[in-house]
Amino acid sequence: MCDAGGVRMNLATGPDPTDLLTLPWSVPLEEWPHEHLVSLPRGISRHVVRFATIGGTVYAVKEIAQETAQREYGLLRSLARAGIPVVEAVGVVSGRATPAGEPLDSALVTKHLRFSLPYRALFSRRLDHDLETKLLDALAELIVKLHLAGFAWGDCSLSNTLFRRDAGALSAYLVDAETGQLHPRLSDGQRDYDLELARTNLGGELLDLQGAGLLSASVDPITTAESVVDRYCRLWDELTRPQTISADEWDRIEQRLRRLNALGYDVSQIEVDEVEGRPEIFLQTQVVEAGHHRRRLQQLTGLDVGENQARRILNDLDTFRAQAVMPGTDVDEAEVARHWKSDVFEPVVALIGPELAAKLEPAEFYHEVLEHRWFLSEAAGRSVPLEKAARSYIDTVLRFRPDERAVLDPTLMGVGQVEAAEDS
Amino acid sequence: MASISFQKAQRWYPGADTPAVPGIDLEIEDGEFMVLVGPSGCGKSTTLRMLAGLEEVNSGHIFIGDRDVTKVPPKDRDIAMVFQNYALYPHMTVADNMAFALKMAKVPKDEQDRRVKDAARILGLEEYLDRKPKALSGGQRQRVAMGRAIVRNPQVFCMDEPLSNLDAKMRVHTRTDIAKLQRDLGVTTVYVTHDQVEAMTMGDRVAVMKLGELQQVDTPLNLYDKPANLFVAGFIGSPQMNLLEGVAANGAVELGGYAMPLGEAAPHAEGKVTVGIRPESWRIVAASEGGLAVVVTVVEELGADGFAYGTADLDGTAVDIIVRVGGREAVHKGETLHVVPEPSKVHVFDTATGERLS
Repeated sequence: MCDAGGVRMNLATGPDPTDLLTLPWSVPLEEWPHEHLVSLPRGISRHVVRFATIGGTVYAVKEIAQETAQREYGLLRSLARAGIPVVEAVGVVSGRATPAGEPLDSALVTKHLRFSLPYRALFSRRLDHDLETKLLDALAELIVKLHLAGFAWGDCSLSNTLFRRDAGALSAYLVDAETGQLHPRLSDGQRDYDLELARTNLGGELLDLQGAGLLSASVDPITTAESVVDRYCRLWDELTRPQTISADEWDRIEQRLRRLNALGYDVSQIEVDEVEGRPEIFLQTQVVEAGHHRRRLQQLTGLDVGENQARRILNDLDTFRAQAVMPGTDVDEAEVARHWKSDVFEPVVALIGPELAAKLEPAEFYHEVLEHRWFLSEAAGRSVPLEKAARSYIDTVLRFRPDERAVLDPTLMGVGQVEAAEDS
Repeated sequence: MASISFQKAQRWYPGADTPAVPGIDLEIEDGEFMVLVGPSGCGKSTTLRMLAGLEEVNSGHIFIGDRDVTKVPPKDRDIAMVFQNYALYPHMTVADNMAFALKMAKVPKDEQDRRVKDAARILGLEEYLDRKPKALSGGQRQRVAMGRAIVRNPQVFCMDEPLSNLDAKMRVHTRTDIAKLQRDLGVTTVYVTHDQVEAMTMGDRVAVMKLGELQQVDTPLNLYDKPANLFVAGFIGSPQMNLLEGVAANGAVELGGYAMPLGEAAPHAEGKVTVGIRPESWRIVAASEGGLAVVVTVVEELGADGFAYGTADLDGTAVDIIVRVGGREAVHKGETLHVVPEPSKVHVFDTATGERLS
């Protein structure tokens, strides 16, 4: 906690509070001078939101009542601890007042998620032909993760979500937890209600995109919105359905656990009941901490990337190992990973150069290069070296992509920002 | 539209030592505006969520009209939760912003149009139906959001602290809008708030809750005039009712040397009682007339009237006292006031049980 002239800052460990002190807390957010702001989006949510850069980090600042700010801060931190993809809550600034002594609302400060994209940005600069599918899969998976953690969102929507590219797919991050509630476990009613909200909000958002001319003519907003429920149910069922087995079929449980791992989940507890003399296995008690591949890659290389990116890179790492290590020799896995990182990954990423660094996140770039190499190799009928593929990708693709490091364009920040549309 | 009936509805969270709501019995009439109010953790939101199907009911039943909805999924209960999301879609007209949920529910187009027009008429938005939301004022946008819930024609509106995120001015404005709208529509409404002023100004009846139990269900005026127990007495009213503990005997209660007559309130009360006097029920008298001596510490001038905050010495204990004073009455900090209650406005409670005696 840091006290400065009546302004109280409760900050998570990490940012230097003196950095945040340089912001003009005694001025209503709506009137913050331009020099502090990255751009002027007129509200990502119901409240005033501004983006400020300090020391190369972009912060999102949302003005809300103190109680709400503290509550949302707590929820975001709890979700992050549970391994749920959410924006990083940095702190709450309270006790704000104008120089004349008029009290101002508190401010919730979060760190802007680098290379994240609001859904409107994905649609307006469409690079994927199957964007709707990717988007809905990502959102459904996020809702499943939240529900497994006992979080009833209360306002599931694309507007309250940010997306990051994840090895060609998308992964979704929760941005707004204001309406959420954390319970030890959710009832079916709570899950149903969240899904009903998701379906309705998505319907509205897709209809709005259609109104703005951003939706493909082939996409029906209503059936597309409805499909989020099916996607959710398929995944939820896969992760939580009870399974009855015979006494000699325990290997089926192992298969199931492997399948869950392959989906990027771990199971921390297995409950066994008996139904008519046969064991019935419940896995739904605590499916925790998604991100199996992600954690494994991080342990091996220190790289913190998306789950699909991690899966892709681990495959590449396996290939590297097969090529680099003599069969039958015992080389430590971490040792191989270190070599791969310094000899393969880093040289390729370094080819991007500073002028193109804002285009794509390094891990996604690496994934794209691997894809590109596959196409080049197919066309050439022989294996194309990685460096050559990387240079080709940079010159023929990357250079022409829009920047994605910090998409803060007010007109792309989601709906509910009627004002943003006014400005456009 | 429909009545609502909670019949010993219980919610016990897994792992908790006590139920969040031990078993609520509450009848809400068709078309009534019922407010559930109480401090944090009193079970009001849990009760609402049981009605909406968001919390499991562990025992007992909930009826909407004649239908037992205890086990019915939320979306099949014909309930609209209002204000969870009032984002408006900028590229859709006001009419489409209201109608899209009906479209999703596959309601025929002519029926959609009819419902949207009806809602727009009630909300005063008829002339804006073809415009985009950016052409509307803040208040009108709020009403479009309400329109979204209205067009669904639900049997019940559920509202859980819908105003908590608004600033003070908008809160008062929207409060009036919601209350008026509910009266115009006549849809049974259950509204949850922790704010007793909101409860008193909006509800046809108010259910005051504490620790999962109903304390009193009554009209706002009855809650104010005849609180059933000490909790309700202390919770309803702003500023708070003065609550003074003393010993009753012979039709009076002894308060630090002042024998306050209980009059007709509870003439036969004996033993430890708590008397409740609302700030406006004191009368300032001359020192020679006796009464309770109050040393004024703060005077809050509100124009038409004001409040004097002070302390009275009750056998060595300084007890806070609030007295309403006329706006032009010269009361100053440091001054000693002598006050007596209006005899008909004395509330008497049993100190041990908290129950009303008068």
